[in-house]
Amino acid sequence: MADIVVKTEDVVKEYRMGSNVLRALDGINIEINRGEYISLMGPSGSGKSTLFNMIGALDRPTEGRVYIDGQNMSQLSQRQIAAFRCHRVGYIFQSYNLLHVRSAHGNVTLPMIFAGIPEKERDEKAEKLLDMVGLGDRIYHLPDELSGGQRQRVAIARALANDPSIILADEPTANLDTITGREIIDLIKRLNKEQGVTVISATHDLKMLDVSDRIVDIRDGLVERIRNRDEIEIEVGEVGGE
Amino acid sequence: MNQRAPIEEQIDLPFVESLRISFQSLKIRFGRSIITTAGITLGIAFLVSVWTNNEINLALQESGRQSQINTFEETTQQGISTKDIWLIIMSLIVCVVGIANSMLMAVTERFREIGTMKCLGALDGFVVRLFLLESGFQGFSGALIGALLGTLGAIILGLKDYGLDLFFYFPLLPAQPEEGAMQLGVIVVILLGCVLGMILAVIGSSFPAWRAAKLPPAEAMRTEV
Repeated sequence: MADIVVKTEDVVKEYRMGSNVLRALDGINIEINRGEYISLMGPSGSGKSTLFNMIGALDRPTEGRVYIDGQNMSQLSQRQIAAFRCHRVGYIFQSYNLLHVRSAHGNVTLPMIFAGIPEKERDEKAEKLLDMVGLGDRIYHLPDELSGGQRQRVAIARALANDPSIILADEPTANLDTITGREIIDLIKRLNKEQGVTVISATHDLKMLDVSDRIVDIRDGLVERIRNRDEIEIEVGEVGGE
Repeated sequence: MNQRAPIEEQIDLPFVESLRISFQSLKIRFGRSIITTAGITLGIAFLVSVWTNNEINLALQESGRQSQINTFEETTQQGISTKDIWLIIMSLIVCVVGIANSMLMAVTERFREIGTMKCLGALDGFVVRLFLLESGFQGFSGALIGALLGTLGAIILGLKDYGLDLFFYFPLLPAQPEEGAMQLGVIVVILLGCVLGMILAVIGSSFPAWRAAKLPPAEAMRTEV
């Protein structure tokens, strides 16, 4: 039996804009297995980033429930949610969201500071992680001194700081050129394969289809369809031939 | 890595760690911190200069000296003129608005950073404490410099008005003349200026920081400045 790590039940999210109510998610039901690489696809405004925020406990659904590891997220206390974000999930964002006042090393150690890990241990781990993402020689550089691809690598190292079981990546390649984007995708895929991390990625980068186990197409706040990798490979071929 | 245990509670960070992060942040953002601090310095300098000038006037009038310049003004022999009260109130308002504005700006441009820290596991209370520490330090140092500059300004004005007599009758300590208003003395005015600057800076930053910390991270990170 599949080991379900994320489950959403009729998740609805509404945004109020003055007197208008925008329904970004209109009842989303998905199940994600442990160790899977899932891509949430859809045009901008389809609700994929909103769903991403719901799964990562970055925002609260208006209606419905999100279960992670069998726990109903809406029943968690503030402290539990903070611990969840700190230990169980690693976030990667389109715009990197590095703290620009902290060096690469400072960014990677921050989640470990929040987790209460002793200084020596977190320094060693930060060095190891930055080395792993190929930034061993730029550990003390500030984000402003790094290229886009390097910043995203710092973000990946930071996401892995507390050994999360889920990596949430919101358009991680959108601000990068094709080659750098490819490298970042390969790096995330490697983590997924070698360390068994569940990867959930909101994207409309076609390169990401190739490495996904399943693709969830989101349209107008609803799950349009869920495809497996073998179905996708054919379509990538078609796209490539255009 | 295969975590299925119930989700534990997030721990509180030791105070030293918060202190370290807030000082690091002030140090790296030095240029920006200076501008914010300068806002506080100016507000307090204005307030303290007006106030100290008033104290000096009171003390020297008490001693029987008249300003060489302001002899024809409506100043009563002993006491504060309505114009002086008005000036102090105005400078107080300028100070409050100036400091609140610079702290508000300094926090608002960091909403994204607050959202990011929450993504990494920061508790709301930690975020607020960080801003409290930063703004408290900025407020105190800015206000101290401002108070000293303001006093210096008032002394220069006083020298122009009263000449060297100023130093013989300088109202350093609080005094209660037999008649007339209580004189606070310059030291008390400086202290009040420092406390006021610090309180205003802390309120000015912790309120928006608290508001940002309460927002879900997704919303805090969406905020455009």
